[in-house]
Amino acid sequence: MTLAVPSRAAASRRPGAGASPSRVGRPRLAWALPGVLFFALFALVPMAYSVYLSFTGNWGGIGSPQIQGTSDWSRLFSDSNVRQATVLSVELTVLSWVFQTPIAMLLGVWAAAKHRNRAILSAIFFIPLVLSSTAITLLFKALLDPNFGLAKTLGPPIGFANGNILGTAHGALFALVFVGSWQWMPFHTLIYQGGARSIPEQFYQAAQIDGAGRVQQFRHITLPQLRHTITTSSVLMVIGSFTAFELIFLLTNGGPGNSTFTLSFTMYENAFSYFNFGYASALGTALVVICTIASILMVKFTGFGSMRSTREGD
Amino acid sequence: MRFIPGKPGGGPLSRPLSRPAAQPRGRRRARPGGAHPFGRSFIALTVGAALSLGAAACSSSGGSGTGSIGTINVYTYADNSTNIQQEVVNAFNKTGKGTVKLIDVTGSDYTNKLRSAMTSSEAPDVFFNWGGGSILPYAQAGRLVDLTPYFDQAPLKGAFLPSIVNAASIGGKDYGVPMRGMQPVILFYNKALFAQYNLQAPDTWAAMQTAITTFKAHNVIPFALGGADNWPSLMWLEYLTDRIGGPSVFNKIVGTSDGSGWSSPVITTALNDAKTLIDEGAFGSSFTSTSYTNNAAPALLGSGKAAMQLMGSWDYANQLSNYPDFAKSQEGFTDFPNVPGGTGNAADVVGNPANYYSINASTKYKGTAIAFVEYLAQSSYEKELLAGGWITTNSNTSSLLPQFPNPAFGEFQFDMVQKAPSFTLSWDQALPTTVGNPLDTEVGKFFAGQVSAAQFVSDMENTQKSAS
Repeated sequence: MTLAVPSRAAASRRPGAGASPSRVGRPRLAWALPGVLFFALFALVPMAYSVYLSFTGNWGGIGSPQIQGTSDWSRLFSDSNVRQATVLSVELTVLSWVFQTPIAMLLGVWAAAKHRNRAILSAIFFIPLVLSSTAITLLFKALLDPNFGLAKTLGPPIGFANGNILGTAHGALFALVFVGSWQWMPFHTLIYQGGARSIPEQFYQAAQIDGAGRVQQFRHITLPQLRHTITTSSVLMVIGSFTAFELIFLLTNGGPGNSTFTLSFTMYENAFSYFNFGYASALGTALVVICTIASILMVKFTGFGSMRSTREGD
Repeated sequence: MRFIPGKPGGGPLSRPLSRPAAQPRGRRRARPGGAHPFGRSFIALTVGAALSLGAAACSSSGGSGTGSIGTINVYTYADNSTNIQQEVVNAFNKTGKGTVKLIDVTGSDYTNKLRSAMTSSEAPDVFFNWGGGSILPYAQAGRLVDLTPYFDQAPLKGAFLPSIVNAASIGGKDYGVPMRGMQPVILFYNKALFAQYNLQAPDTWAAMQTAITTFKAHNVIPFALGGADNWPSLMWLEYLTDRIGGPSVFNKIVGTSDGSGWSSPVITTALNDAKTLIDEGAFGSSFTSTSYTNNAAPALLGSGKAAMQLMGSWDYANQLSNYPDFAKSQEGFTDFPNVPGGTGNAADVVGNPANYYSINASTKYKGTAIAFVEYLAQSSYEKELLAGGWITTNSNTSSLLPQFPNPAFGEFQFDMVQKAPSFTLSWDQALPTTVGNPLDTEVGKFFAGQVSAAQFVSDMENTQKSAS
């Protein structure tokens, strides 16, 4: 237990970062106990158990697991399906980011202005987020049915003869990106809206005096000021797309063939369809490592970790 | 086609035989239609159940002595026969041998949910399965009750066709009681469309090819195929392999766990034939995104957008509920045709011989579980299934068939199975799940043009080798 030392805590605060009284101590570790226990029980223990299971060969869930050595790990690094799934997961993540970020940012900045009609429209834009993602996915699945859905009409103009969008490798990937983005864009719009609202009005007033147009204001004030918002939104987006599961499970079920087997879906199939819990655990463990590294890298290279204020013009 | 709750017992024959003694119990439960009437078999059943209870009490591996009667959970596969199963459960619950709780699990998730449940403390006492590979891991792990002694005595003795019971035997022990009709895979076709274009029924390869060319020219999809689900595509591979090289090819694959069975040239020929069909557009151009389980593929056949469909016999009941006019007057059915140059017998059948109930060895109430599976042998349940469009696998089914609706389809199906020199269980069910499910995915890849025949063979060799 570390004793909070108020004076040091106060000393480490940067000047001007708020006029709070100096008696703000760091919380004791005990405060974190419920959270730590919850996290340990429902995240760390299962994680440790899956690391253990990844050394149990092709244990199928019946009987007790036996340590079999590193066969699952050597298979993981030589499995062409895993390589394909990794590439696909990265493609899905990048495409989702590229598709969502500009639209969400522009919408968010637009919605940040205080007009009544914009408030109403943003409330409407928000609707997909409050719908059940299962419902959204099943709805789009029905729309994308090649024989009885809209895909029959909409497919040919966008290059899918006979509406076979979900039945081709590229079409299925685009469908996943589109449906996932349709659902999550409102959430990121909301983040950008909040970010844009916290940019002080004076910046824009000063820029107007200097003769900056709208585009210039956006480029030189809004974008730099939104840097941390972009990081937050991107981290959520990357982790979300990389571990996306139910969308794939319900919309394409990995198909056609195994074209939409992402890493998380491959893990699920190995565990609950092929009943190879050992190999699935190795995949799951690898997924945890990859996501952790990706988050750390993003936080490090975007300066998010240092938590500097965007308002000081640095 | 469905069981009508207001009609006591469902089967027309069972009404005069109802036992008055059962009435008060029925009334107390206030079921519409009153008590479930029991046939003469009720008495035999009571004796049989008493015997089986004695057997359960004697066996040391059985339940916990006096605790042998109680409430058991039964997992079943939810589909259009669930209401018939619920009726037999309701009737059983009135016999005083315990209470059965029927849990209907959504079809497409059934295998996964069962596996998860069986590895937990919430395992069902009795569960639906497909025999063969679907129960192999449980049997190997000693998780199933050996039913062989019960099949040697009434009421199970001689109640079902032996070949059907054998399909759920592992290592000479019986593990499953047939609980639903047989499901051979049948070539369905639209007789009206065939008549419109002056085509012969597709029971020869040449006639089938002519039909494919003609329908394509008239913008009708020759074969409806739910390729998005993978297993409908597997049916094609199963029949092509059988017609080209006979049942021994797949028997070798099942019999050898090192994966060497896949390298048979017959498999490669079957894959190439399938490829030819895909390339000539026999399945249309959007079959990879068409699903069977959401009823899209059957709707193509039922609505006349597709002319044929290779599917399990259950699809007939499906068409009856969704496209009754088509099913009653326009739907034709035939065996899968011979493939030119093949050595297989065109009378061979693939599909699911039946579905079974197996008993979890760790059930607390083995007495109730045994009594329940034995209860399924009684003729009132058989008649309800027959009335629901199922062709049961009881020894006396053929004599009952003419009394039920759609006798033409029923008799065709029963004859097909009875005359078949071999009945190959669906590959993905015959193989252990660890091979069967990857096989489905691999078939999906092949039908989507993502792997070559050679790659398919080597992938399956590796899968089977590493799963053993």
